[in-house]
Amino acid sequence: MAVPTYASPLERVWHYFYLAICAAIFFFLIAPIIVIIPLSFNAAPYFTFTPAMRSLDPDGFSLRWYESLLTFGMQNPDSQGWAFWSDAWTNAKWVQAAKNSIIIGVFSTLVATVLGTLAALGLSRPEMPFRRAIMAILISPMIVPLIITATGMFFFYSNPCELLTLFGFSPECGRLAGTYLGVILAHATLGIPFVIITVTATLVGFDQSLNRAAASLGANPRTTFFKVTMPLILPGVVSGALFAFVTSFDEVVAVLFIAGPDQQTIPRQMWNGIREQISPAILAVATLLVISSIALLTTVELLRRRSERIRGVTPR
Amino acid sequence: MLTTADGRPLARALARSQGRARRKAFLLVLPLLAFILITFVVPIGQMLQRSFYNDGFSVHMPQVSAWFAATERGTPPDDAAWAALAADLTASAEARTIGVVGTRINYDMSGTRSLFTSTGRQVRSGIEPPYDQALLDINPAWGDPMLWSTMREAASPYTANFYLASVDRTRDEQGQIQQVEERQRVYLMLFWRTFWLSAVITALTFVLGFPIAHLLATLPMRKSNLLMILVLLPFWTSLLVRTTSWMVLLQQQGVINDLLVWLGVIGGGERLQMIYNQTGTIIAMTHILLPFMILPLYSVMRTINPSYVRAARSLGATSWTAFRRIYFPQTLPGLGAGAMLVFILAVGYYITPALVGGSSGQLISNMIAQHMTGTLNWSMAAALAALLLGAVLILYWLYDRLVGVDNLKLG
Repeated sequence: MAVPTYASPLERVWHYFYLAICAAIFFFLIAPIIVIIPLSFNAAPYFTFTPAMRSLDPDGFSLRWYESLLTFGMQNPDSQGWAFWSDAWTNAKWVQAAKNSIIIGVFSTLVATVLGTLAALGLSRPEMPFRRAIMAILISPMIVPLIITATGMFFFYSNPCELLTLFGFSPECGRLAGTYLGVILAHATLGIPFVIITVTATLVGFDQSLNRAAASLGANPRTTFFKVTMPLILPGVVSGALFAFVTSFDEVVAVLFIAGPDQQTIPRQMWNGIREQISPAILAVATLLVISSIALLTTVELLRRRSERIRGVTPR
Repeated sequence: MLTTADGRPLARALARSQGRARRKAFLLVLPLLAFILITFVVPIGQMLQRSFYNDGFSVHMPQVSAWFAATERGTPPDDAAWAALAADLTASAEARTIGVVGTRINYDMSGTRSLFTSTGRQVRSGIEPPYDQALLDINPAWGDPMLWSTMREAASPYTANFYLASVDRTRDEQGQIQQVEERQRVYLMLFWRTFWLSAVITALTFVLGFPIAHLLATLPMRKSNLLMILVLLPFWTSLLVRTTSWMVLLQQQGVINDLLVWLGVIGGGERLQMIYNQTGTIIAMTHILLPFMILPLYSVMRTINPSYVRAARSLGATSWTAFRRIYFPQTLPGLGAGAMLVFILAVGYYITPALVGGSSGQLISNMIAQHMTGTLNWSMAAALAALLLGAVLILYWLYDRLVGVDNLKLG
């Protein structure tokens, strides 16, 4: 954006002032995320730049908080070699949390992506009845305040069979609260709107005549789907899946309400850390998470470009 | 009449094939719809049921509940009533459900839980007629007309009292609705604060988001894509990470205060309290919700043709007039979409206020969580949740009307 040639001096001044404002807002957006990265290498247990750090003295920096992430919860943190790593793998709290986050994230993403993609395919057909109302229901988990969703799930998951008693059955069934299945279902529910939104957005530019062409050349519906439709919408599906995964990976309210002690995830562990005694170890986790979100952002951006390229949508 | 090749009427064949296509489309959506209904819609419905249905008293105190049902409001307790009460208390104490009963009455009349539990302990060792005298001997509070009026309310499992309580209303002895004592009025204030802070946050995201969206929309694609990363990175970063970094920055011993002291803006002894209050909630939530304002504004601004503004300028408008009369009105769809999304998300926020809000920055969601995990008054939590949900659904309906949920974009 350049200043037009007919601009008055005052307008030129305003233009540069405007750019300065924008720079300040970008700084506001990004600085809080960047600033925790150097702070996580603080040698002292403070949340600010110590004099040693400001003078770039190597003694002001350390990896002690990263080490404490690994050793927290371990039975014998002083052991060496194989014993150390196997202890960390089975006992370290943050390692357990990372394992849980990944297990729950992967399975809830699978559920959300498969169901969400199928539904998006249906919703994108022009014949779909009640399209708008159904869409509104399917998107609502993203809109309804999480605390309300979590409260509802808390009651339902404590006794999932209570529903059937309304119809006169009184079966016995176990609790879903405090199980992996419960958390996975809850996170799948929360991730579904993102899959629906991204996949329907991909299908907007989808040329239905490609399907008809495949059919006219003798492909059955299954072959058409896997050979023609799927490769074209795959970037949208993958970015929807990434959204669903990030939603699950970042979710703490539902975990607070329905997870048991065995399903502590990374955000849950962070929540504990922040509420009780906040230590720079939290900043070390935060730094690792920022790095992973940069990686995810890059992936999604590349996928979006690929999708635009193969669908022939040129960027404006 | 037109017919198909095999002789059927064309209209019917068409209707049939269209019906088949509709069913096929619907079948694709059906699994997800069922999934969402079971894991999301039904649980919320079940929770809402608790806001007006609580059988904690009526189930465990059947005889006295029956007496209440048979008599008029305001009837003073007679011998039958005292006998029923004594029998129910004994049965309930033996079944160890007296705590549930006491808790239920305690919701409507605080301080009564111990009355039930302590009386329960004593009647288990036997109680002799006349029951009124016996119970009054155990505790004279049993003669309180307010208690009898409260028990009458609780004798029916269906009650509107939790909704009354969530708008700071209660019932007096005659069952008339009145405001609660001044120092107990919290919920209306919390609702008001939630909406007010959400409006402030929405306004701030607009003030900060508009220049950014405008810059991104007018820059060449290559540059704006690069700068877009600065908007998308916070969007993709964990909510807890962003909240944590604000806690670190805004602390009294944190980076911003250190910087201000170092610059000499404030003295070392007068460090600013920017966190654990409303300021903290506003700053952190504005930062977290800003991308939700920028992205819809940006996608609308991209489509605005710059020649309109140029035409206005060539016709003699000043740059301010051209902006106000020509450019700004065209951004309104994006502004509306962004503002509604930010407001809807802000109204239900829980995590950030809980961590950085202190006591003055708590929102209604935090009160719901407090009733769920702290006081365990689940019916109250459900009533507050119902009111909040109602507000959000109205906004969502408006959003769908004005913007359309299918226009929702992510990144």
